[in-house]
Amino acid sequence: MSNAVVLKNVSKRYQIGHAKHVTMLRETIVNWLRNLLNPEGMTYESIWALQKVSLTIKAGEVVGIIGRNGAGKSTLLKILSKITFPTDGIVEISGRVASLLEVGTGFHEELTGRENVILNGSILGMSKAEVIKQMDAIVAFAGVEKFIDTPIKRYSSGMRLRLGFAVAAHLDPDVLIIDEVLAVGDAGFQKKCLRAMEGIRTAGRTVLFVSHNMAAVENLCSRVIWIDNGEVRQDGETKDVIQAYMSSFGEGKEPGFNLTKVRDRRGAGDARLTSLELMDINRTPIRVIRSGDRVVMRFCYLAHARIAHPIFGIRIYTELGTLVTEMNNWMTDSEIPFINPGVGYIDLEVEFLNLMPGRYSVTLFLGAVGPLFQDLLDHCGTLEIEPSDFYKSGKGIESRFGLVCMPFKWQQACPVQSVAASRLTGS
Amino acid sequence: MEGNISWFRELWRYRELFYFFAWRDVKVRYKQTLLGVAWVILQPLVTMLIFVVLFGKIASLPTDGTPHALFYYTALVPWIYFSTTLGMCGNSLVSNANLLTKVYFPRTILPASVALSGLVDFIIGTVLVIGLLAYYRILPDWHILLWPFLMFLLVILTYGLGMILAALTVKYRDVKYATPFLIQIGLFVTPIIYSLTSIPEQYRKLLVLNPLTGIIEAFRASLSPLRTIDWELLGVSIVFTATILVVGTIFFRKAERSFADLV
Repeated sequence: MSNAVVLKNVSKRYQIGHAKHVTMLRETIVNWLRNLLNPEGMTYESIWALQKVSLTIKAGEVVGIIGRNGAGKSTLLKILSKITFPTDGIVEISGRVASLLEVGTGFHEELTGRENVILNGSILGMSKAEVIKQMDAIVAFAGVEKFIDTPIKRYSSGMRLRLGFAVAAHLDPDVLIIDEVLAVGDAGFQKKCLRAMEGIRTAGRTVLFVSHNMAAVENLCSRVIWIDNGEVRQDGETKDVIQAYMSSFGEGKEPGFNLTKVRDRRGAGDARLTSLELMDINRTPIRVIRSGDRVVMRFCYLAHARIAHPIFGIRIYTELGTLVTEMNNWMTDSEIPFINPGVGYIDLEVEFLNLMPGRYSVTLFLGAVGPLFQDLLDHCGTLEIEPSDFYKSGKGIESRFGLVCMPFKWQQACPVQSVAASRLTGS
Repeated sequence: MEGNISWFRELWRYRELFYFFAWRDVKVRYKQTLLGVAWVILQPLVTMLIFVVLFGKIASLPTDGTPHALFYYTALVPWIYFSTTLGMCGNSLVSNANLLTKVYFPRTILPASVALSGLVDFIIGTVLVIGLLAYYRILPDWHILLWPFLMFLLVILTYGLGMILAALTVKYRDVKYATPFLIQIGLFVTPIIYSLTSIPEQYRKLLVLNPLTGIIEAFRASLSPLRTIDWELLGVSIVFTATILVVGTIFFRKAERSFADLV
């Protein structure tokens, strides 16, 4: 098979300050003069978003690209779609490329749905003839037949989204680059999109798909590339790479999680979670948690300000990124009026942790009233659940039985009847 | 060299998008229907009336026998195209930042489509020029055929300068504030209020350096049988315009590699 995409030692450097902050001609002139007087005075700080990335993707491959926020995935996509140029290295792409970094790029409020389809289609590289030929199919896919000649400023955000994806789903490029567009829309529409993606795969097109949704990546891709710190960390079979990626979140584990060194955190930061300690009911630290254990999770925090009505919570995900459960103190109405500046902790008692044995990824957060987070640590640790004799049968349970273990009993509800007797009562 | 060929091939491949951007600009501008078109007619008309009163009647600047209204109006139509479109060209990249960071297409079609869409106003203005000719019972000779060529020349000049301004605006945000000021100066160093012949010989040479001078003078001369076209002056403008187009293209291509990172 021929190569669709070849990258050789591709690197990209961004100058800090240049990208974020707006430059004025006046500053440049001043700096230039200053440079003349003192040539060693000026240095620009720069970061390498990508470093020596080499890849070969064959025609017809559907490749997933995964990695943490800021790992360089978006930069890679932008280079592949020719939006930005690499600082160094060679990029070779054969065939027509369409990149979908956003749904409905270039939509204009004043134009009608039909006009926007034509405009958006040609922005994505379709010819006018192609768009017009596909118009009915696009409109039907989006389900906006009634409003197609209405300016899209009257559309709901859902309609806009559907129309944008409908155009994208009817693209016919050789190489398709997709960034997280599936992360939006209602469940029904997402299903439709996934089906459209299936269609793309069977059509034998080359697809590069960036997502945080591991289930979607696993479902669609035959190969996965894991980008970490601007480099290719792993490249191979979907399942292997996803598992390695998910388990990397809990590298170097202790009982409980020391969170002081976690850098990948968001939120206002008036209070930070410092650690999550795992204990049994007598507050003795534990290293091993088994299915069905009674567990205490101690959220330790450091507050810089008084926080009213804080909400502490934990989310538990599977290794493939599916949310299994969330536990927070808002759900149970265990309101905390405020926490004072300083260090402190709050204990979460879990009656019995009925997770099947396996590895789970954990997200912790400290929120306040409203959607505001003080601290949000995505996938900051791994919870290892060991097998136990949960059903007291001596059989033990394993991860192949699923994710959750239900407390259950089998009972003979009615007396056992003979076949003849049941026939009689049934008639 | 090979890079240049593929650049032009890419441009050709995206010609449809270029028309669509121009079409979008026109469509959006006239979406408010009546007011939109009325504005296009009113702007040069009102400016012309002010000029007639101020410079024609009060200051009595010479117009070499051309009726005042026609004299100002034929210069104002191209000037308003130039000044409005140049400003919009300069902002065309920054105002489409969301496109630059999300999709690939040859970046130069943004200023180019702005230069093209501005022509609609120009053509509406031209229709009024014909009206004025009829009003003054002036029958132009064959030189009126130069009008479309001059229009083309003006578009190229605007596009060439527009590319430079657009690329600079991406990098330096204060260029946006400098542009209107430069355009205002342009109004005075271009023969719009006055005629080139009424300028003393020693200053005339300086004005010739402005490529707009030859184009605007030729616009005037193409209509009135009383005026002759100064071919030498027009030739200078053509050479300058071509140079600006080439320099603008080279500059723009150098700068476009970093647009998505800076915008």
